[in-house]
Amino acid sequence: MTPAARLPIACAALFFVSAALIGLLVGPVDLGIAAILRTSLSHIPLLHVHSRLSDSDRAILWQLRAPRVVLGALVGGMLALAGASYQGVFRNPLADPYLLGIAAGAGLGATLAIVYGRETVHAYDLIPLAAFAGGALGVVAAYALGRSASGARSTASLILAGVTVASFLTAIQTFVQQQHSQSLQEVYSWILGHLDTAGWHEVALVAPYIAVSAIVILLHRRVLDVLSVGDEEAASLGVNVGRTRLLVVVFATVGTAAAVAVSGLIGFVGIIVPHAIRLLLGPSYRLILPLSLLGGAGFLILADVIARSVMSPAELPIGVVTAFFGAPFFAVVLRTSRSFS
Amino acid sequence: MVTVRLAGLLALALALLVVPAASPNGAATPQRIVSLSPTATEDLFAIGAGPQVVAVDDQSNYPANAPKTKLSGYTPNAEAIASYRPDLVVVSSNPNGLVAALAKLHIRTLLQPPARNLEGTYAQLRRLGAVTGNAAGAAAAVKGLRRRIAQVVASMPAGAKGLTFYEELSPDYYSATSKTFAGQVLTLLGLKDIADAADRTGSGYPKLSAEYIVAANPDLVVLADTKCCGQTAASVKARPGWGSISAVTRGGVVGVSDDVASRWGPRIVEFLRAVAQGAKAVAAAK
Repeated sequence: MTPAARLPIACAALFFVSAALIGLLVGPVDLGIAAILRTSLSHIPLLHVHSRLSDSDRAILWQLRAPRVVLGALVGGMLALAGASYQGVFRNPLADPYLLGIAAGAGLGATLAIVYGRETVHAYDLIPLAAFAGGALGVVAAYALGRSASGARSTASLILAGVTVASFLTAIQTFVQQQHSQSLQEVYSWILGHLDTAGWHEVALVAPYIAVSAIVILLHRRVLDVLSVGDEEAASLGVNVGRTRLLVVVFATVGTAAAVAVSGLIGFVGIIVPHAIRLLLGPSYRLILPLSLLGGAGFLILADVIARSVMSPAELPIGVVTAFFGAPFFAVVLRTSRSFS
Repeated sequence: MVTVRLAGLLALALALLVVPAASPNGAATPQRIVSLSPTATEDLFAIGAGPQVVAVDDQSNYPANAPKTKLSGYTPNAEAIASYRPDLVVVSSNPNGLVAALAKLHIRTLLQPPARNLEGTYAQLRRLGAVTGNAAGAAAAVKGLRRRIAQVVASMPAGAKGLTFYEELSPDYYSATSKTFAGQVLTLLGLKDIADAADRTGSGYPKLSAEYIVAANPDLVVLADTKCCGQTAASVKARPGWGSISAVTRGGVVGVSDDVASRWGPRIVEFLRAVAQGAKAVAAAK
């Protein structure tokens, strides 16, 4: 890490830690900051601090609030990182993690699980699985179609293939949903995105996929910088363009599919977080990728705090919050920055 | 000139003869009724209009002998409805201008939107009775319903008054306040709805946060998502953080049929009875 990179990364890490702390401290139930700090310290051995929280308050903190914060960090970080890496490998500023049909495929998978899986015993375990499989299948279909159209050289044909596959899968999803209008509300709230029913089970389910994906993508941050000069130039510099692109897309997709599987389609994170960072700090992926991971994690934790606090004790769907607060924030960044090209 | 005037008089006389033969509403008693509302279907059969019903929508699953078809009440198609040659269509909403489309085909519609309270249910039953020529059947149905509801309310022990409840419409914590039909019916039992505090916009159906539900520690959890989403007392107990709430530890988790909980017809008494039973069990265990 160059000395110049240390300050931004330290700032982002501070932002992330503060967001996580706010996430633990703020909620519809006021547990008291001192009590939360005490109970946190009571988990550290040899300190002999005793928690003063009641059983139900402890359950609220550790079974309901803490997993939301952790899952928000995992999902937000992954979506922002995937968005940044898609923008890098496709050299397209409008690319987001849902570009290659993952959202439509996951939406179809979840809808099928909700509509046809309701008779099965473990319908609720089926939804993440079906969403993951659907998302992955959507991307595989888009990639196969894009490759067959142009022999893998053009990113434009890949993006068009993504749009095609997404439209087709969305059509099927809408058809199934329309045929089973009794499931409409359930499908709709899945599509809007949710962290509110998250538990440690969901965290354990997706953490390995997201961790591996994030590590692999971060290891490619320098190669993405080389790719940004163009495919031919990158190839002449010794980068295997096709292989790199495939590898980054595969891991960004696996991570995104895992995130989507447990949280639904939370929009906007994957596009505004990397762009805000790019506008503030310039176009180097060596900075954009790790900062997107930290920034996306902090951003989604804060969005979730707003979702559960602003109308408390009622909740807002988190997708509404990310777009409502994300868009004006992005507008401010766009206006104040002159380096956007 | 004279013949014209005579013909006019004749026509007038004929019209006068025909009109008294029709019902007071100016139309003949419907003999081919299509119901696109599951509640209206239950109402029609409850008041004895069942034999006049020729088709019901795909969500009308009660009573079992209702003539269920593929017609949809959510995305209705006027042509498909007309193919049953109805003389009355009962709907609970008017999606995509359905009522106007049916009016063009000279098909009469009766709009019965979700009732706000039990009086609304009784009024809809009586109106259906008047329109379909089953006024006596409707009056009897209303009377019977009133009596059975009064019985359930009277059976509540003093200890069950003031118990709190959370009514769950979906596993992501959509709930119903005491302003909604089902919530209001439960307040008849003297129960308190924890969703009331959360409804700032007045929609009646706020999405609660799990933290709030656990902290509110309701005595009863009424699951109206047993059919849609497979929720049971066991699945509620298994939710992270829910194991300690009063309803779970004292056996106050009541599963009801989603249909019964979401319709505003005569089966609402079944819903009331199930919750009352749960409340009595909780009160006895205290």
